[in-house]
Amino acid sequence: MQVQVNGNPMELSDEATVAALIEQLSLTGKRLAVEVNEDIVPRSQHTEFTLSDGDRVEVVHAIGGG
Amino acid sequence: MSESSQIQLPEDKPLEIAGRVYQSRLLVGTGKYHDMMETGHAIEASGAEIVTFAVRRTNLGQNPDEPSLLDVVSPDRYTMLPNTAGCYTAKDAVRTCKLARELLDGHDLVKLEVLGEEKTLYPNMTETLVAAEELIRDGFKVMVYCSDDPLLAKRLEEMGCIAIMPLGAPIGSGLGIQNRYNIRLIAENANVPVLVDAGVGTASDATLAMELGCDGVLMNTAIALAQDPIRMAKAMRLAIESGRDAYLAGRMPKKLYASASSPIDGTFF
Repeated sequence: MQVQVNGNPMELSDEATVAALIEQLSLTGKRLAVEVNEDIVPRSQHTEFTLSDGDRVEVVHAIGGG
Repeated sequence: MSESSQIQLPEDKPLEIAGRVYQSRLLVGTGKYHDMMETGHAIEASGAEIVTFAVRRTNLGQNPDEPSLLDVVSPDRYTMLPNTAGCYTAKDAVRTCKLARELLDGHDLVKLEVLGEEKTLYPNMTETLVAAEELIRDGFKVMVYCSDDPLLAKRLEEMGCIAIMPLGAPIGSGLGIQNRYNIRLIAENANVPVLVDAGVGTASDATLAMELGCDGVLMNTAIALAQDPIRMAKAMRLAIESGRDAYLAGRMPKKLYASASSPIDGTFF
């Protein structure tokens, strides 16, 4: 299936979880926040939350700003 | 040690935000620095205890071992204040705050800013009011960037914003406080902390904000874009302390003409 991650298309195996996506992005263990279709997916649910074809995922982190 | 430095002055009431007490009245941003190390050193020199940052998409496929801001500026040491910089609608600002809360494990203090247009980055106050209301309902503690309108500032306080942050001048302009009368009025009328947010260019601007009765100042560019950011961070720390003391001391009245400091009596010429 295909999902949009930070605006870019990405191929994932069917029923991939948020945790699997983060692993595929080599971001496991990083401090980040995830939103799927504009709803927060809390860290505690990353291993259970299953993505679906066409989902829009945002992976964000803290950066310098004023 | 000289005699005068041992004189004990009555202690100032420290700045309190969301139930936490801070010794420093200077809040700093983390943008525009050359690198993370300079960011960390400048914050250290500023003495700030509250540090603001932005929330953005993680760069995918780039160096995953790059240090992240929160590795250098640790939430264990500083109160981290996520901001909604770059948001032009209430919806985007609320979304950003929710992501920030998730990022910081439920920490619900945020700096709300909803911008109106790119040229001035002036706050869009109608959208700001909508976002503030929604965020407060959702349990956020909202520090709000706003215009220097005393009535709107009061309204934000009455809605439940925990700190009012009027601009001194446009973000990143370094123009200093343009409407000192309004800033003073806002500070005078408020029952929550008032912090000048944006517009400070150099140390005297920060001192002026404090002399007007503000509870603190938030700045980023004035430090980050100084020739020597770390020295400027120190200058700002001292400027804030000086301005606060001058405010507490109560300045002399201004007079149009001179008034001799030495007595006339006893002159022999």
